[in-house]
Amino acid sequence: MKRYWLFLFVVAPLFTVPSFVNGDAPEVKVGSKKFTESVILGELISQIAQSAGASAVHRRELGGTRILWNALLKGEIDAYPEYTGTISQEILAGEGISGEEEIRKALAAQGIRMSRPLGFNNTYIVGMKEAVAEKLLIRTISDLRRHPDLKIGFSNEFMDRGDGWPSLRDRYSLPHRDVRGMDHDLAYRGLERGDIQVIDLYSTDAEIQYYNLRGLADDLGHFPAYHAVILYRDDLQKKAPKVASALLKLEGRIPEKEMVKLNARVKLDRVPESRVASEFLEATLSVKTDVQAETGASRFLKHTREHLLLVAISLLGAIIVSIPLGILAAKVPQIGQIILGIVGIIQTIPSLALLVFMIPLLGIGGPPAILALFLYSLLPIVRNTYAGLHDIPMQIRESAEALGLPPAARLRLVELPMSARSILAGIKTAAVINVGTATLGALIGAGGYGQPILTGIRLDDVGLILQGAVPAAGLALLVQGLFELAERGLVSKGLRLKAE
Amino acid sequence: MELNYILELSGVSKTFGQTRAVQRMDLNVEAGQTTVLIGPSGCGKSTLLRLMIGLIRPDTGTIRFEGTELTPDNVLALRQRMGYVIQEGGLFPHLTGYDNVSLMAQYLGWDDNRIKARLAELTDLTHFPTDGLDRYPAQLSGGQQQRVSLMRALMLDPDVLLMDEPLGALDAMIRAGLQTDLREIFQTLGKTVVMVTHDIGEAGFFGDEILLLRDGQVVQKDTLETLVSSPAEAFVSDFINAQRSPLETLGGGES
Repeated sequence: MKRYWLFLFVVAPLFTVPSFVNGDAPEVKVGSKKFTESVILGELISQIAQSAGASAVHRRELGGTRILWNALLKGEIDAYPEYTGTISQEILAGEGISGEEEIRKALAAQGIRMSRPLGFNNTYIVGMKEAVAEKLLIRTISDLRRHPDLKIGFSNEFMDRGDGWPSLRDRYSLPHRDVRGMDHDLAYRGLERGDIQVIDLYSTDAEIQYYNLRGLADDLGHFPAYHAVILYRDDLQKKAPKVASALLKLEGRIPEKEMVKLNARVKLDRVPESRVASEFLEATLSVKTDVQAETGASRFLKHTREHLLLVAISLLGAIIVSIPLGILAAKVPQIGQIILGIVGIIQTIPSLALLVFMIPLLGIGGPPAILALFLYSLLPIVRNTYAGLHDIPMQIRESAEALGLPPAARLRLVELPMSARSILAGIKTAAVINVGTATLGALIGAGGYGQPILTGIRLDDVGLILQGAVPAAGLALLVQGLFELAERGLVSKGLRLKAE
Repeated sequence: MELNYILELSGVSKTFGQTRAVQRMDLNVEAGQTTVLIGPSGCGKSTLLRLMIGLIRPDTGTIRFEGTELTPDNVLALRQRMGYVIQEGGLFPHLTGYDNVSLMAQYLGWDDNRIKARLAELTDLTHFPTDGLDRYPAQLSGGQQQRVSLMRALMLDPDVLLMDEPLGALDAMIRAGLQTDLREIFQTLGKTVVMVTHDIGEAGFFGDEILLLRDGQVVQKDTLETLVSSPAEAFVSDFINAQRSPLETLGGGES
């Protein structure tokens, strides 16, 4: 019980941005997906909320539609930008819903409201390099049928969306075999290098012009309209009515051309999203917002703090749980096989999937990431504890028994000290894996060094990627070094002598 | 009369899988005597020792120590009155010589002075260099390790010393030195000793009484002289003749 409170007081506040900035201002949490347009829209929404008197938090670059939608349902976020096509094809897939009013009704049943369209239709486009398309005489998606050898790279989400590749393939009877899922931002680079010839695009992508791409006509009308809207929770109306009505000011104010321009400002001119959003709000809605620019150093400190917390808490928890589990596994062979089996299976769950599983339980942010990292840290520690105890020679085990030491004392005085090296090695492995995997925490809003990596990939900014990757690698080395030092303190000299 | 027997085994059997290591054995160990268990490998001699200290439980029969039957409930307490030494010492590699010897005493809450005083007696008795106590087993020679192991077994001043091939892993020179020391220690302490060996010379050197075992049963229980002069069956002579050197020491060998 005591520990629980300790967690609440010491740890929990570190994950929440202080909500007492404006006295009794309501806190409004805005989410966005991990592509630039969504981040800009998220920034617009949070700045408007701020200007309407709320204390707004923008949890940017979350991993995907499911993560945002679940977070919205759970109240982890109050609002986020979405597209009507995504809502009908993905969120409400299988309900056969189309048309704005039907969507609105279906959402209302779940306590979610939808704004009117913001003004642009960011639909999927299948695109190619202009020169390549011209040479092959491809103008429509149907034309692709004549070129079954083209290599296709679709964004990961598009690969399994209801309106994505499977249904597109069926609709157009596309024969292509070499179709792979990849990060959307990386797809542009693949296209540029010629590794792939066909990708999916968003119609408002700034890159369409930049890379000189041709959008293929959707001649069979496969893609629904993707009008940008704001989804927000019913209770926002009650909690902060001013904010709710302020958000609606964006309705119809962002035509497609404008959105392409905003995207280009961020992606091509490298202007921060917050500034682009602020300038737009001032020019279009005469809403003045102040953007506090974060310095590189303060951002680095923030990511370091977040990353360390993710690693420290999950690893500490894993140590506390794994060592007893490892002991149990070594002492009771029948249970041991079950324990080792379960922690082994956990290890095989892909990290992104595990993160997404956590959201319904724990929402977004630090806690689900910590739980996932905790689960990943179990196997190395449990297995090494088990192996350390299991490998103690029979004579030594029996010598302790023959002295008349009871089992608990044998464990404490002989067996655990003798397994110390193996257990520490397990913890070290867990820690290094943990530091690396924690970078994925950014996908569900846990921050850390994954954040600059994610943004860097999105903006094609190697410098930014390195800002996350280098400290993460450095931290892994540091952790490894610390455990080597700890080994000197915790592993008896007698055992180290033997190994030399 | 019964009190003269410190260990009494009656009807004890122990089977490992298909192997019957000990078969319905009755055996009494007399107090103050050195009893040697000898026989070819697999004859059950080590199993007997492990049964006596309760590391394994008999399938049938009972084992009494000083009149009390060994049970899972009292075995921890009874072991404190037995000392156990095995072939390669079984020393805890993570502890210094000092901590190896005094681990149980520390656990029982002896104070430092009492532990130190007892260790001084023991290093004296076993001719162990005092500064060696600060070393870890990996830093000690085989002979020194066995002396530490012996001190550990004697630390709580047990009533019986159970030794499983205590000299088995040592080379001949060190072995000879330690043999003499050991016999001297046994004579000084007047303790009951049960020792397992496969070396008939060693058995004769130490044993007041020798039990020759085969397939989990006692073939003959006598002094070495009697074993040689009037073997109970051919196996006894065969076993002794297979190791010629003890006969030479007795002056009865053919060369």
